[in-house]
Amino acid sequence: MRGKGTRSYVLYAMRRSPLSIVGITLILAMTVLAIFAPWIAPHNPYKVSMGDRLLPPSLTHPAGTDIVGRDIFSRIVYGTRLSFRIALSVVGISISVGVLLGALAGFYGGVVDLLIMRVTDGFLAIPSFALAMVAAAVLGRSLNNMVWALALVGWTWNARIVRSAVLRIRNSDFMLVQKALGASSARMIFLHIIPNCMGPILVQASLQCGLTLLSSAGLSFLGLGVQPPLPDWGLMVAEGRTYLPARWWLVTFPGIAIFTMVTGFLLTGDGIRDIIEREVS
Amino acid sequence: MTRYVLFRIAWIPIGVLLVVTIMFFLTHLVPGGAVQVALGPHATEERIAMVMQKYGLEKPLHIQYINYLGNLLRGDLGESIVRQKPVVSEIGTFLPASVELVLLAIAFIILIGVPLGVIAATHKDRFLDFISRGVAIGGVSLPQFWLAIMLLLVFSFQLRWFPSGGRIASAVSAPRHFTGMYILDSLLAGDWAALRSALSHILLPALTLALTNISTTTRLTRDGMLKAFKEDYILVAWAYGVKPRRIHYRYALKNAILPTITNLGMTMAYLFGGAFIVETVFGFPGIGYYSTLAILQQDYAPVTGVAIVVSVLYLIVNVCIDLLYVVIDPRIKY
Repeated sequence: MRGKGTRSYVLYAMRRSPLSIVGITLILAMTVLAIFAPWIAPHNPYKVSMGDRLLPPSLTHPAGTDIVGRDIFSRIVYGTRLSFRIALSVVGISISVGVLLGALAGFYGGVVDLLIMRVTDGFLAIPSFALAMVAAAVLGRSLNNMVWALALVGWTWNARIVRSAVLRIRNSDFMLVQKALGASSARMIFLHIIPNCMGPILVQASLQCGLTLLSSAGLSFLGLGVQPPLPDWGLMVAEGRTYLPARWWLVTFPGIAIFTMVTGFLLTGDGIRDIIEREVS
Repeated sequence: MTRYVLFRIAWIPIGVLLVVTIMFFLTHLVPGGAVQVALGPHATEERIAMVMQKYGLEKPLHIQYINYLGNLLRGDLGESIVRQKPVVSEIGTFLPASVELVLLAIAFIILIGVPLGVIAATHKDRFLDFISRGVAIGGVSLPQFWLAIMLLLVFSFQLRWFPSGGRIASAVSAPRHFTGMYILDSLLAGDWAALRSALSHILLPALTLALTNISTTTRLTRDGMLKAFKEDYILVAWAYGVKPRRIHYRYALKNAILPTITNLGMTMAYLFGGAFIVETVFGFPGIGYYSTLAILQQDYAPVTGVAIVVSVLYLIVNVCIDLLYVVIDPRIKY
């Protein structure tokens, strides 16, 4: 590609992976909704209005109203904040724990590796949604507990990926040089190995945000996650389900919101992966 | 080679032990919740204590753990506190339904995912490629419970083509029991009413499960086909004038399908764990439905039992796939 600099890199990325641009655009759109929610949402998402219950979509209420008269469109807009909070918290915790354990396993090998990998295998053998459900139920039904439950399920995936990335870098000449120069283990792990694994970690983070959102919506749908009156999209589908089939808007719009945001994250992740892999090959 | 096989098989019990340990300690963090649910809000302290003693819940944790392991070795997975029935027999009742569901879902995944992958590969980087990959990714991004509800809205409530839940119509009695899988049993017994009813009840859940899991199959098929296209024998076939469609399906696909098939094994094991939501929304009485209900009632013996069963399946499938790889592809040696 001609010329260094951010602009040419972006154009390069666009040509290489158009889907990633779609993904990033979706996420950016959602971010705008989240930040500017008070200005974009026409109504207060928590305001109960018994006179306006179960109204179909109209100009004043673009997505209709729910059983207590709250504007669904506003709830969806504010829901972006909730979704980002959930996704970023879970992935943040997962990646921290996973990267640490994965790096340790890959770097030290031997018994440490065996131990960590066996524990990871144990976690991975359990159906992840079941594990999340149980953890959420045991810890108590709340948003924060759900975050911990999902992080409990998610760290294993990160640990594995980081471990393979670390194993690849560990035996490279670059690391041999570092060792010869007398770098300490900690220095090698934190200053050299982990930064060089950032590519796969970034892909992971993006994909995991999408999948976490799906799981959290599922948990909230079952009642094990976010509790009312928070505007969680999964919760909204559950609340609206009893009023089907006549009041279809209660369920359709929150679902589209989930779909859009998850697609955004997944496409972004896939796109980053495409770009990184092209660079390598 | 035999050493490798034995080594892999030996890991299975250790894997199961890990699963049991994780599930056990997780579910026993908060003791006795199910007892409250089972006895109701007006239960006295004495009654609660009595039930807890019946299930050994007042003993110290490590004693309970050892007892659980001992029971496990004897094939006893405990009892559901709320339903008052042994977990093993309940799993036996609910498992065939899930097996049926997963098998049908896999069939759908193959029927939809593989052609999509082939189309994506043969129209690489053109419009149809993006559409196919878009559909595949779109499938994964759909929340399963939402897709289930949407399908119900359209096909069940609006068009009235399919029923909205359960496994078989209440007016139709279940077919004679051979395997527990209604479709198979009704075929074997020649019970056409049961067959029709069972099929119409299982279609939407299986479709939901399938559509949300085709992305990997499509991607692997596409990648496999693209790799096969680079091979020399494809070039020879083309030079000889073999029609493209024949090349795609008879030559390229056959060789490309290996990773897809092995992944399907993994997917099958994964689907068992992933059917929880689908079964719950459709009220389809499989192990997912059984354990979800139990979890919501804080009754953890069922879900631990189900987790163990599914994990064993998963571990066994894993080993089988690795072994299958060696058999199918003579180039691989351990």
